[in-house]
Amino acid sequence: MDAEAQIRESGASHDEAAARRELNAVTTRPMIGNEAIARGAWEAGVRVAAAYPGTPSTEIMEFLGEFPDSDVKAQWSTNEKVAMDVAIGGSFAGVRALTAMKHVGLNVASDPLMSQTYIGVNGGLVIVVCDDPGIHSSQNEQDTRLFARFAQVPVLEPSDAQEALDYTRWAFEISEQFDTPVIVRSTTRLSHTRSPVTTGPRVEREPLGFNDDPVKNVIIPAHARLAHPRVLEREAKLAAYFDDPDFTRWEEGDTTVGVITVSTAYAYVKEVLPEAATLKLAASYPLPMERIRAFCQSVERVLVIEELEPVVETALHAAGIAAEGKAWFSRVGEFSPEVVRDGLTRAGILEVGVAHEPWAVTPTMRPPVLCSGCPHTTAYMAVRAVDGRVAGDIGCYTLAAVDPLKAIDTCVSMGSSIGNAVGLYKAGHETRPIIATIGDSTFLHGGIPALIDAVYNEADITVMILDNHIVAMTGGQDHPGTGKTLRGEETHRIDFEEMVRACGVRWVRTVDAYDVASVYQSLREAIEHRGVSVVVTNRPCVLDPVKIKGAPMRVRADGCTACQSCMNLGCPSIGWSDEMLDGFHKVTIDESTCIGCTLCAQICPSDCIRPAAG
Amino acid sequence: MDGSSQKTPAPRNVLIVGVGGQGVILVSKVLALICQRQGLEVKQSEVHGMAKRGGGVFSHVRFGPKVWSPTIPQGEADVLLAMEWSEGLRWLNHLRRDGGTFIADTRRIVPPFAFRSRKYGSRSSYSPEAPREVMEMVGSGYALDASRIATDLGEARAANTVLLGVLSMALDFPVEDWREVIAGTVPAKALEVNRLAFEAGRDWVEAMRAIPLAERLRDLPGRAAEAESLPPKEIRFAITAEWCKGCDICVKMCPERCLRLNDQLVAELTDPAACTGCRICEWLCPDFAIRVQRVPALEPVG
Repeated sequence: MDAEAQIRESGASHDEAAARRELNAVTTRPMIGNEAIARGAWEAGVRVAAAYPGTPSTEIMEFLGEFPDSDVKAQWSTNEKVAMDVAIGGSFAGVRALTAMKHVGLNVASDPLMSQTYIGVNGGLVIVVCDDPGIHSSQNEQDTRLFARFAQVPVLEPSDAQEALDYTRWAFEISEQFDTPVIVRSTTRLSHTRSPVTTGPRVEREPLGFNDDPVKNVIIPAHARLAHPRVLEREAKLAAYFDDPDFTRWEEGDTTVGVITVSTAYAYVKEVLPEAATLKLAASYPLPMERIRAFCQSVERVLVIEELEPVVETALHAAGIAAEGKAWFSRVGEFSPEVVRDGLTRAGILEVGVAHEPWAVTPTMRPPVLCSGCPHTTAYMAVRAVDGRVAGDIGCYTLAAVDPLKAIDTCVSMGSSIGNAVGLYKAGHETRPIIATIGDSTFLHGGIPALIDAVYNEADITVMILDNHIVAMTGGQDHPGTGKTLRGEETHRIDFEEMVRACGVRWVRTVDAYDVASVYQSLREAIEHRGVSVVVTNRPCVLDPVKIKGAPMRVRADGCTACQSCMNLGCPSIGWSDEMLDGFHKVTIDESTCIGCTLCAQICPSDCIRPAAG
Repeated sequence: MDGSSQKTPAPRNVLIVGVGGQGVILVSKVLALICQRQGLEVKQSEVHGMAKRGGGVFSHVRFGPKVWSPTIPQGEADVLLAMEWSEGLRWLNHLRRDGGTFIADTRRIVPPFAFRSRKYGSRSSYSPEAPREVMEMVGSGYALDASRIATDLGEARAANTVLLGVLSMALDFPVEDWREVIAGTVPAKALEVNRLAFEAGRDWVEAMRAIPLAERLRDLPGRAAEAESLPPKEIRFAITAEWCKGCDICVKMCPERCLRLNDQLVAELTDPAACTGCRICEWLCPDFAIRVQRVPALEPVG
């Protein structure tokens, strides 16, 4: 190596060392819970991480993707099951591995989890699951703690961002010490609340290497029968392990009421009833019953305050402990200081507060809508026009179920639309054309096996793949159809037409989602085709990866007949003008938000919508 | 037990609300950074998900020596900062009754939902309450057209910073901290306009404080006069079945989707209650088979 190269080399490594020092620095700064989870995993030396995006878990993998690729291989997987399998593969290889998902993602990934709990781990395996109490952006509010109990894997429940970091780090230790996958459970509130977090350096760990032990790693009946008793032993050992002041924190206080609490409910309890004796659990399964019993004996009355299902309360009842909980606190919805205060009031612990008469105001209903220029709009205008029976799916486009598009008849779970359409067809009496609408990423996630099923079982349905080149609902993540990785690097791009043909579909056409006439025409032809037909509507999301803003449109008021056909698009840029025609409002376009998609101009019967310029 | 007694002083609560894309999260981040500079613990909680899709956005910012709950209990916000008028009304009950400050941009972002009823003579369902009556009711706070102040400075997007200027007058943090944090947050090329916007917000409050409340209220916009109710109108839809060839154009183009082809392939009105009498079907029918009358008819122009 010549001198210059040597200098360059040392310069580079010098920079690298500085960057490394900065990464490892012990600082205190505000982080959302998801960032803290990612940081905790990185500090624990995680090397393989995979996820499918899902609110409120999405940012975990995005933050992991900001750490150097040499530290952690972070990736978007096609669905949660694949992500779980990738993480399990990492664990098999002897490195620490993580997967993150929303609560309903665990349903998809539950198959490998139920096996892996028997198999155990080689490198630490952590599964972060973010629940959504209050159903801010989900299809249900299932409680992951029940899943943890079902799979017999420990579940750690941080109550703030600092604990999110600490517990994630702990989770890897527990995983390796007890030979078990560990679930770290977050909730929307924790995942998206920013609070101060003190960071630490990354602990680099040598890969353990593959553990050549087929009796452990190959879960056939003979091996599973050996594994199940080990799982039960593990449960007992873990319960004893959590019987520790660091995990199950006993906060002395007024003993007229003792509160046992976990997760963010702890923060609400401290807010509303700070003086009560409190037992703060780090893990709600398995429970350290000895310590809990001692706490319960030290107080006059025991209250369990936990969000959603009575997981801890039921376990206490089973252990013969007289605890109150869901008699006062709902199993439905998200907790808040108000909810906890109301429960304590009902339980006779707090006095009834002074209630103010609410202000007499009428806020405007503001349901979420598809964006100005959203390419999904056309597909739903078209399915309305053909009077389709529409099986919908999960994504932004589910918003087409409500006014004014009102074009979706069912929505179940990721990828369900196509299977649902097959069933609707097989029932044999549907007179309207049966159409499944599914987004690009949702199709890759769970639609492909169903499409093959439709072809194989000769269903006469039409599938519309709404390809907007992104996972839009969760804020714009890449997927195999975008040709980019989590880290933004170019990679193989799935071609939807090729994919669909490979599944055996004989009629497939890709159309521009901004060409209303072609979408209508193609859909009609597709419906005419006997058997499975696929229409791919193609246009990028207007928000991600780049915010699209084209020349805006304008309504020529003198030509507007106030028919309000354009209002059927539900475009937030189109509203009423003050000008009326015979008792009807003419329309106007907000040029600051209009992106110039021209859909309104294409459907305007009086042709009075034109580009604003010229 | 009295749940309100606490050893550490209660945290201060600022609730920031608006509509997706307005910068609610950015404003709350600025506030959180300023609180941190004072050595206070800060929790800032928001809910993502629907924010980008035109829904309401809210961010709870709580700060003090110790903060437990990430959300502000109802009736305990010391300041409610509304970047959109109706969103302010939505969260009004979170404002403290004893001296909470309501800071509201009077800007209205009217959602498509407000135009849901397209019937003859129907009106927007956007909140009818006007700044004057609401400020009179709440008693303390500021309603201002921050967007106009920002536009006058040459950058409509700096409305957030105008509101930060107003907020800075409601909280007792050193003004230099505000200036430095804002300078460190906004894009470099927008530094100057945001500096001006921040000072404009502060100056506006300064000017308002010099004016007695009654006068300030008088100058705020009042409720728009109720539009004259329109004379009732009957809609008569008629189709000449012999002329209809079932081309389907009217069915496809009806904005209210209240037409269909019957089993003789003749168009018919399925839902007379939904028909607004817009006449699109009449105008588009290639066979002049449809006639829509609005009785009494429109007066001829001129």
